[in-house]
Amino acid sequence: MVGAFQGASGGYTFHNVADIVRNESIRHAYQTSIEISLVTALLGGLLGFLIAYAAIRDGTPNWLRSAFGTFSGVAANFGGIPLAFAFIATLGTIGIVTQFLTNQLHWNPYFHGFTIFGKTGVELAYLYFQIPLMFLVIAPAIDGLRQEWSEASANLGASRLQFWRFVGLPVLLPSLLGAVILLFGNAFAAYATAYALTSGGVNLIPILIGADLSGNVYTNPHEGQALAFGMFVVLAAMMLFYIPLQRRATRWAR
Amino acid sequence: MSRRHIAPSAVVWLLVGGIYFMLPLVATFLFSIKDASTGKCCSLAAYDFILDDPQFWTTIKLSFRLALETIVIGLLLFVPTLYWVHLRLPRLRPVIGFIALVPFVIPPIILVVGLLEFFKDDLHAPFWFLGKPDLFLVGAYVILAFPYIYFSLDAGFRAIDVHTLTEASQSLGASWRTTLFRVILPNIRVAALAGAFLTLAIVMGEFTIASLATFHTFPTYIQYINETQAYPAAAVTLMSFAITWAAMLSLLLIGRRGGRRTVRLGVGR
Repeated sequence: MVGAFQGASGGYTFHNVADIVRNESIRHAYQTSIEISLVTALLGGLLGFLIAYAAIRDGTPNWLRSAFGTFSGVAANFGGIPLAFAFIATLGTIGIVTQFLTNQLHWNPYFHGFTIFGKTGVELAYLYFQIPLMFLVIAPAIDGLRQEWSEASANLGASRLQFWRFVGLPVLLPSLLGAVILLFGNAFAAYATAYALTSGGVNLIPILIGADLSGNVYTNPHEGQALAFGMFVVLAAMMLFYIPLQRRATRWAR
Repeated sequence: MSRRHIAPSAVVWLLVGGIYFMLPLVATFLFSIKDASTGKCCSLAAYDFILDDPQFWTTIKLSFRLALETIVIGLLLFVPTLYWVHLRLPRLRPVIGFIALVPFVIPPIILVVGLLEFFKDDLHAPFWFLGKPDLFLVGAYVILAFPYIYFSLDAGFRAIDVHTLTEASQSLGASWRTTLFRVILPNIRVAALAGAFLTLAIVMGEFTIASLATFHTFPTYIQYINETQAYPAAAVTLMSFAITWAAMLSLLLIGRRGGRRTVRLGVGR
């Protein structure tokens, strides 16, 4: 079992790794992978934060908060094949929403350049688990924003905006950054959703690795390993940022 | 500054979130009850098709068996280990916590590359090992489930006083085995169950490794249906969601009875 972790370092020359930089399509795949991960991490982070804040802030009934919390716990674990199909059934060529738009509003998104089977589709589907994950990760941090702080700043004459600018955001920043990094890694490593949604048609690193392993596109068996090694480097670098942020984020914890 | 009523912006964001989350589920449901020949509502033929398919039953049984085996092996490995660490080697806790992050840095798609390379020749493992899902896949799934079982159990062990319990049981003359099984285990039951349900959800949804190592588990069956049968695919997708829901809701229910909540990340994708 320990050996499983050695796989990526075993048996290849620098040639394969150098290919990551040299080969046009591989470089493109890394770009696409990173782009999709960035977009869904930032967008999912933003929406997840807004929804979490809306669910937790004063005045929102408690049952709504626990409903969203419970659902996030489940939805963060959705993913893979079923999630991909749920989006095909919603926004695919004969999906429910597509049909509704076409029949009722006479506007078929597929005639306007939209497709669920490409990059936009993958991003939409990823957001479905990114937003709940953000909710789960950031909710404790929002809980930790103490009521007294906002009261104290209001007593000192600060506006809502000033409170967020000088108290709220600085306290939340490490948690927010940490969460976004986590989301990035989460999207970067995803394989099954993108594979099922696009039938392997989107040029992502995990998809390329999958194709290398099943051996129906490329002939170089070591390329997959080099690609996996490249992914590992990106994710390891991500962890290097994540762990110290996590430490800072817990500084204000009760 | 406590608000009496829900803030207007909160309503907007919760609505946006609610619609975004519900729409695909509702659409999948509507899709699943369409009639295959007419494309109109309503027919349960898609569900019949899935339930009549022997492939459905073999793959779901296989996945369920793999999940149970992963849970048993995972708990057998980690309960005594964590017990010992908490009792005698508390300084190792951060180290194990760090190792538990490794499966996040090495996701399934990288793990499977390493596994296939490592086991590809007779040098490391004979063919009968590679060809058996109960050995190859369960081995991989124990690695995948490690962080989830670890973080659940760690929270459980932190909530009880391992030292006092152990000393009390030993001064009453109990052996190590009795202490572990009759004193420690009942006290961390909730944590162990939480880890078990998370593992169940993970294994029932894991596609990457199963597919690339060419095994036919429940998720690969869903993918096969996706590619071949539109309406039954919606039905089997909903069934798969139901399994995740059941596992995660059981987790939340037992968690509410005393365990603490831990952050959950999905591996299935």
